Amino acid sequence: MSDSNTTSVMTENWVQIGTVNDIPLRGARHVHMGDKTIAIFRNADNKIFALEDKCPHGGCPISNGIVHDNSVTCPIHNWVISLETGEALGADEGQTLAFPVQMNGDKILLSLSLK
Amino acid sequence: MKQKLVIIGNGMAPGRALEKLFDTAPDQYDVTIFNAENRVNYDRIMLSPVLSGEKKFEDIIIHGDGWYIKNNVMLYKGHKVTNIDRVKKQVTSEHGEVADYDKLVIATGSNPFIIPVPGHKLAGVLSYRDLDDVTAMMLAAKARGSAVVIGGGLLGLEAAAGLKEQGMDVTVVHLMPTLMERQLDPAAGYMLEQELESRGIKVLCGANTKEIAGESKVEAVHLDDGTVIPASLVVMAVGIRPNNWLAQDAGLEVNRGIVVSDNMQTSDPDIFSLGECAEVGGVCYGLVAPLYQMANVLAANLTGDKDAKFVAQDTPTRLKVTGINLYSAGDFADGDDREEIVFRDASSGVYKRLVIKDDKIIGVVLYGEAADGPWFFEKLKTSEDISEIRDMLIFGQNAVLGGANVDPLAAVTALPDSAEICGCNGICKGDIVTAINEKGLTSLGEVRAHTKASASCGSCTGLVEQLMTLTLGNSFDANAIQSMCPCTDLGHSEVRRLIKAKDIKSIPQLMQELEWKTSCGCVKCRPALNYYLVADWPGEYVDDYQSRFINERVHANIQKDGTYSVIPRMWGGYTNSKELRAIADVVDKFNIPTVKCTGGQRIDMLGIKKQDLPAVWEDLGKAGFVSGHAYAKGLRTVKTCVGTDWCRMGTQDSTGLGIKLEKMMWGAWTPAKLKLAVSGCPRNCSEATCKDIGVICVDSGYDIHFAGAAGLDLKATVVLGHVDSEAETIIHIIALAQMYREQGHYLERIYKWADRVGIDEIKAQIMDNAEQRQTYYDAFIFAQTFAQVDPWDERVSGLDKHEFNPMAVLELEAAQ
Ligand SMILES: Cc1cc2nc3c(=O)[nH]c(=O)nc-3n(C[C@H](O)[C@H](O)[C@H](O)COP(=O)(O)OP(=O)(O)OC[C@H]3O[C@@H](n4cnc5c(N)ncnc54)[C@H](O)[C@@H]3O)c2cc1C
Ligand code: SF4
Ligand code: SF4
Ligand code: FES
Repeated sequence: MSDSNTTSVMTENWVQIGTVNDIPLRGARHVHMGDKTIAIFRNADNKIFALEDKCPHGGCPISNGIVHDNSVTCPIHNWVISLETGEALGADEGQTLAFPVQMNGDKILLSLSLK
Repeated sequence: MKQKLVIIGNGMAPGRALEKLFDTAPDQYDVTIFNAENRVNYDRIMLSPVLSGEKKFEDIIIHGDGWYIKNNVMLYKGHKVTNIDRVKKQVTSEHGEVADYDKLVIATGSNPFIIPVPGHKLAGVLSYRDLDDVTAMMLAAKARGSAVVIGGGLLGLEAAAGLKEQGMDVTVVHLMPTLMERQLDPAAGYMLEQELESRGIKVLCGANTKEIAGESKVEAVHLDDGTVIPASLVVMAVGIRPNNWLAQDAGLEVNRGIVVSDNMQTSDPDIFSLGECAEVGGVCYGLVAPLYQMANVLAANLTGDKDAKFVAQDTPTRLKVTGINLYSAGDFADGDDREEIVFRDASSGVYKRLVIKDDKIIGVVLYGEAADGPWFFEKLKTSEDISEIRDMLIFGQNAVLGGANVDPLAAVTALPDSAEICGCNGICKGDIVTAINEKGLTSLGEVRAHTKASASCGSCTGLVEQLMTLTLGNSFDANAIQSMCPCTDLGHSEVRRLIKAKDIKSIPQLMQELEWKTSCGCVKCRPALNYYLVADWPGEYVDDYQSRFINERVHANIQKDGTYSVIPRMWGGYTNSKELRAIADVVDKFNIPTVKCTGGQRIDMLGIKKQDLPAVWEDLGKAGFVSGHAYAKGLRTVKTCVGTDWCRMGTQDSTGLGIKLEKMMWGAWTPAKLKLAVSGCPRNCSEATCKDIGVICVDSGYDIHFAGAAGLDLKATVVLGHVDSEAETIIHIIALAQMYREQGHYLERIYKWADRVGIDEIKAQIMDNAEQRQTYYDAFIFAQTFAQVDPWDERVSGLDKHEFNPMAVLELEAAQ
């Protein structure tokens, strides 16, 4: 478990969770926080997003989906979810929690207050 | 609470009504259907092409099993309803199944009328109504022999032509003086008779059947005038009777059919009826166009729109016998107040007749050349005054619109928006053009899906394609394929071709050169492109794992709760005590909740947490297990039977062959999953004849099968060919797999690919062309040198470990 940081540095209410390179390009990782899991995404433009790792449709972990543009497609029923807002796109309706993210160089800071 | 909708009968009429209903109000009803026929809804009017051998039953299915699952419909196949209890609001089937209803629809169609002449109950006397009749006719035709078709109407003639195609000697016995007297005038009826005779079908008009003779089965048909026609099969096609007894027993108002108002309601406000069993405005209908109109009205009514009303309309008739062009509509009896325009061309067998009253067309009969049918029918329907164009009228649209106009599109261009294009579904030109423009439709399939035009008998397909060309300009090519996804206009085949032609070796390069419309694709195109590049450039292309679905990214199957299942390979289904012990230990160590045998002869461990996967694989790997690729669009299993090793029936070493195939082919990516099986004899214990590729061992060697399916679709394999030795079997199968790898569209199973490129083409390349076969074989073997790396082992060694571990675990205090 060498690449998972069990303690994190606090910067006001921002928590540092790792660096950009910890996440594959157009991919995702996840962060555990108590019984909540937060999915961290990196899109093709190296932008980082954080959403609760729960599809608004059936609750499946969306960090397992395919990332494209500013969205991720849930692997279970192909709902497309906006990485920016957590909202389901297209004909589907629903929203998952979105968390603010800040960059400090290549370090990723996550805020645990909701967007 | 959803309301309960029960439907009795699963024919074309209620099928269409349900489509409409699910379109407008998908959540209003829980639907239950009882159908006496033991099958899904199919296109009854296409039974004739099935009988003649032009189509297979699978081709004419309207709603496959998947449709009922998707729409949550409970379909009882093979359940005839025997009672309706209007007080309890319940129906009961003959097998004792009971269903409560809030609304009930009776759609029992009609029964063929059987003339009660002596002998009408003998074996070998059939009617022509459903697939069972067609199957029985095709079976009877296997023995060749003679058939008599009683009835020279639409149905009888289609049956006669089909039986002739199947190799029987056919005689049509018709009571009236000319054929199809209800749709054709005597002149056209006569020409039709000549045409059928020239095809070897005997036609006896004005002939009354006295008796069907035979001991236990049919032997001959006796006519009133003493003629005796020997026959081993008699088909009665003399008319239909609305199937109304259920309604009658239930005390509903019944006349010839079940009496309904113009919004399809019977005398009980909670019971509706539509289709051939219904009588509206005193008329029962027997063609799909009016039945589909009823379906629309019923669907509207069920969703609370009480304004929809059935309006009686003329329906033109066509005969679905290949090579016979015939069109008739309206009223063409002679009369003092009528004039007619007739055109005959004896040399080319053309006859056209228009019946005119008060300068308006009221009847059309076309024989030999029927393309202008819809144009005339349009004028008939709208009562257009034709006095201005009367001189040229009979020569058709091109003549009227400007002499020798050679542009084939001129005809459709000139049609008004209200002109009916698809008679079956009552779809006008305007409907189609609007749908194309507003919904951005680009393929015939899409137009069928959205408008239903050309989705029934198909005789209007040419017109619909012309309309598409007209609306979309040259960008529409009737043979063009749909685009891969909204990111591009290119179809799968086009993309595969361009990857080779332009030497494209990465996804970014492809998106640049082929002008993708999105910055990095979508969930439809990315996995497809990744597969194409993997398959086309072995050893050169670097697999893009972020373009793979989760299962292929982490090499296990995600379950609906987010845990995974793991299936190690068991070569040919064989295992031993050491392997089983290792599995038992892993199950205990990781607290795996479920262990199950799969349909592919191996063991599935379900409910494993993602972060445990590498450790599970490590333990399995120590016992010699590798990934079973149960998650992959790639080679899955090779099922075997015990063959000559143990079975007294075995003809060849089926087990050994299966294991060899699996050892050579594991690790290969394919467009969709690929499952194989080898059976040691035709008893086929490994079920090889519903697999993607199967082998049946026989005394003289090996029969290679392919293109089967046993999922949402059910399909037996077709035979690729026979080879004598095991070595040849392996080469042929691997060459076939490679051809499929190179040509298949992503997610297209081998049977769909085979349908698209044609079985004959595949046989020609794999069986008949040794050089081509060897090229495919070599390409596969070369690609395997890069593909046969155990993905579990790689991950145990640390590859992609970010996939399995969280990036951070935050202390809850820090989170406050
Ligand atoms: C060979 C052939 C060719 C044809 N060609 C054409 C053509 O070219 N153009 C055209 O417009 N029309 C054509 N028709 C007519 C057309 O197919 C029918 O009008 C149409 O299919 C009738 O649909 P329906 O839903 O009313 O009844 P059906 O499709 O007959 O369905 C009724 C269903 O109800 C079931 N059923 C009956 N009683 C019960 C019960 N008590 N409980 C449960 N289920 C029951 C039956 O098994 C049947 O499956 C053709 C018909 C045939 C047979
Ligand atoms: S398929 Fe034939 S050889 Fe194989 S187990 Fe069955 S009976 Fe025996
Ligand atoms: S395992 Fe297969 S058959 Fe069973 S529910 Fe899932 S998809 Fe359906
Ligand atoms: S006219 Fe039969 S499908 Fe269009």
